[in-house]
Amino acid sequence: MGDMQDNMLPVIGLEIHVELATETKIFCRCANRFGDPPNTHTCPVCIGMPGAMPVMNQKAVEYSMKVGLALNCTVPNFTKWDRKSYYYPDLPKNYQISQYDLPLAIAGHLDIPLAGNKVKRIDITRAHLEEDAGKNVHDFPAHTGVDLNRAGIPLLEIVTEPDLRNVEEVMSFARSMHRLVRWLGVSHANMEMGQMRFEPNISLWVGDPEKVFDESAGYFTPIFEVKNLNSFRSLERTCQWVIDYHQAQIAEKGKAWSLADVGKQNWGFRDNLNACEFQRGKEEAHDYRYFPEPDLAPVVVDDAWRQKIRNELDEVGELPIARQRRYLTEWKLTEKEADALTQDIATSDLCDHSVEAGADPKRVVNLLLGRGAAIANERGCVIGKIGISDVQLPDLAKMLTKGEVNATAADKIFDIVVDSDALPAKIAESEGLLAVSDAGKITEWVDEAIAKNPQAVEDVHAGGKKQKKAFGFLTGQVMQLSRGAATPAEVQKLLQEKLGR
Amino acid sequence: MSGVIDLSALELRDAIAAGEVSAADATRAYLDAIETMDKQILAYNETFAERAMRQAEDIDKKRSAGETPDLLAGVPVALKDNICTSFGLTSCSSKMLENFHAPYDATVVGKLASAGAIVLGKTNMDEFAMGSSTENSACQTTHNPWDTSRVPGGSSGGSAAAVAARMCAMAIGSDTGGSIRQPAAFCGCVGLKPTYGRVSRYGLVAFGSSLDQIGPLTRDVADSALMLGVLAGHDSRDSTSVDRPVPDYLASLDKPIEKLRVGLIKEFHSESLDAEIRGAVDKAAGIYRDAGAEIIEVSLPHSRVDTDETGQLSSYAVACYYLVATAEASSNLARYDGVHYGHRTAEKVGGIVELYSRSRAEGFGDEVKRRIMLGTYALSSGYYDAYYLKALKVRRLIKNDFDAAFEKCDVLLAPTAPETAFGIGEKSADPLTMYMSDIYTISANLAGIPGISIPAGLSKSGLPLAVQLLGNVFAEETLLRAARMYEKSNGATRLIPEMVT
Ligand SMILES: [Zn+2]
Repeated sequence: MGDMQDNMLPVIGLEIHVELATETKIFCRCANRFGDPPNTHTCPVCIGMPGAMPVMNQKAVEYSMKVGLALNCTVPNFTKWDRKSYYYPDLPKNYQISQYDLPLAIAGHLDIPLAGNKVKRIDITRAHLEEDAGKNVHDFPAHTGVDLNRAGIPLLEIVTEPDLRNVEEVMSFARSMHRLVRWLGVSHANMEMGQMRFEPNISLWVGDPEKVFDESAGYFTPIFEVKNLNSFRSLERTCQWVIDYHQAQIAEKGKAWSLADVGKQNWGFRDNLNACEFQRGKEEAHDYRYFPEPDLAPVVVDDAWRQKIRNELDEVGELPIARQRRYLTEWKLTEKEADALTQDIATSDLCDHSVEAGADPKRVVNLLLGRGAAIANERGCVIGKIGISDVQLPDLAKMLTKGEVNATAADKIFDIVVDSDALPAKIAESEGLLAVSDAGKITEWVDEAIAKNPQAVEDVHAGGKKQKKAFGFLTGQVMQLSRGAATPAEVQKLLQEKLGR
Repeated sequence: MSGVIDLSALELRDAIAAGEVSAADATRAYLDAIETMDKQILAYNETFAERAMRQAEDIDKKRSAGETPDLLAGVPVALKDNICTSFGLTSCSSKMLENFHAPYDATVVGKLASAGAIVLGKTNMDEFAMGSSTENSACQTTHNPWDTSRVPGGSSGGSAAAVAARMCAMAIGSDTGGSIRQPAAFCGCVGLKPTYGRVSRYGLVAFGSSLDQIGPLTRDVADSALMLGVLAGHDSRDSTSVDRPVPDYLASLDKPIEKLRVGLIKEFHSESLDAEIRGAVDKAAGIYRDAGAEIIEVSLPHSRVDTDETGQLSSYAVACYYLVATAEASSNLARYDGVHYGHRTAEKVGGIVELYSRSRAEGFGDEVKRRIMLGTYALSSGYYDAYYLKALKVRRLIKNDFDAAFEKCDVLLAPTAPETAFGIGEKSADPLTMYMSDIYTISANLAGIPGISIPAGLSKSGLPLAVQLLGNVFAEETLLRAARMYEKSNGATRLIPEMVT
């Protein structure tokens, strides 16, 4: 990828589609479930049978309102449903029930974290609710199948202003949104299951980068819209690819490569090519013929309903980006640590509650991101759900701080505590993992190690290259004899004395 | 057993309840009538003789077991072929759905079944309810029992003809712009279009979703009240159905309304109106005056009917209707594409777009195609404001006119149709003239108010005449009582066509 020239600036807007994790679909009572055999969660409504009619799922609307409020949007008093017409085999009615001019949430913003401890505010244009389409299945030799299990799953589409100026910002926004909807519990946002999909609109501003949108100071390249990106990798790759492509086109065609001349185009990302492909230009743009859905009443959101959702949001507490800020500024964590702890609400809550219980933040974080992360990885869950409670974790952290256990013992206790209700102090005692700094006891182990390893003793005395290694070996032997309970500093001190160094 | 089919539905129900007639005998009598009559009338697309007999025997068993009979126990009914049934076909008289088996029952079908009604069959209609003569049917051409060279009206022409020819005790139709009331008028039946939202549309194959309403076609006003009581009520599967109590329409029916205020619609009572029809309306006004009602002239300026120098009629309401209804239809009928169900072309096709276009070209008749194109055009980008949006504004004005009228009146009196039943083939070449058949009925659908067509006697040429009463929203009780007052004095309901006797 080439460096950006001074007179060019990417201008990117992002649409994010989020499947909401409601029990049932948005307009019928079929289960909202991924991965079951094709067409097992279908009914006359979501198959688009003649005479079938939609009935709105209130929960889907409430989840959307919650996202809207979390994004600092206005949730208007009056919103409605519209039909968006296009023909596609995975869309049984050949129209999608969506929201056109009066969406559920408008005009908000999200502050995204950027490298170097910076923050940027990205404006949200709107968030509207619609029904997801089914899926074409190309597993057959002579024909295409259609699986309608996904048809009618509530889909929230969040649209940003074209405020993103580089790939880093796009990725930070995407990750922040991913985290937010999971945090709020409104979506699993599992990208492999298509529960979160990205649609960037990418253009380059050619001209004074301080005066984007000022027509006298420059112009835009064509806008490329790339649909259905279902991984962070493909989103990142697409943005970079399109930016590079625009630069190459400018180099080749100059001012002819402009939005005014070429218009808006649809491109698709091809995973196997790791590149984008042209799909259609402005000439073939769809006319969706939106009009109000006559089968559904408009949604009237009164103050009481809005307040109820706001209260639910308040109960969720501090949102991930704010927590990240707090970890950076108050706890002085690294960006990487702050990021890792705010992946999900369970982990972050565990961390916060442990610190509230009086444990040292740095200790708590080290335990969680060390042994905790390793266990989470083994068990395929988030760190916050490995089984250590917000009573056990601070207890363990405090023992470490007080020197009651050493780091090795702490890891062992950690491994036991995730499957136990006992307090770490109790486990340390019953397993004999309490730190031993009693010189008499350690001296016995030191003597035993020296007696059993004459070669190592000799190497230490001989000096030179082998000395350091042999000393380390003997320290390890003592630690082993103590079953990890000896204080390493004390062991080393006594060993040095005994070996006369 | 002759005479059973001459009973009204209410009389038959009571006779069955009293053990004077068995449901099986009544059902067999109707099936026999269909056997002899329907060769000439061609009202039924499909009959369910065996199923109907089984249903009837069940009713008789329940009665002899001493169970309290339900509201329509043993009453044989016919359903318009756009009402989904889990048994038999639901073809909408279209090639597109000629082999379509709905996987579920419409809400009204369930209600009829719970009330003990016996379904005799599905009746012919204009394809997808688009038409005013039942000539736009891919199945057959239905003949008017009063004169088989004439149309029964439409689009519920099969249901109206079946009621008139004593081939069912009562029938269900649907009314989008007059499709119950106009065929009722042509065939000498009582036809009621309820308030929008009074009867669930779930399972009614949609034409114009904001206008469609299911209602009864019966021999007299009492049967209409009886049937509406069964059909009406909130349905959680239809968000546009309204949750308000259903009065006992029959209980109050015979109680004349004191100080009734009858509005005579100035715009519908012009010099250009057919003299006999005008005479029928005048006579009705006289009957009300004699019953102590006040006759008030009211104006519905936005439903005005104009006549140009060539005699061509025009009306804002008709123009508005043909934008709203076709726009909705273009979207509602998009699902018939040959992919999931319905007609699929047998031709070899080059791709999905050709599959769509060929299947639709073959499956839809001319009138349906015409309306899909009109509606698609009206919703297209660049035309939406000028057509669809303007139509919505006109619709609002039409509704305001009615609101003002109902400040002064309890019911409005008007003709149902501008003429009596016309000849088969007479108007098929001129769709615009055909559209004018609904000139007096369309406004009620646009305003969402109930309307009833009541037989007014026979014309000089022996064809049924009718008058129409319109009521305020959810004022069906008043509307039916007022209709009953007229019926009682005029005595023109339950007239029997010569060919039946
Ligand atoms: Zn469903």
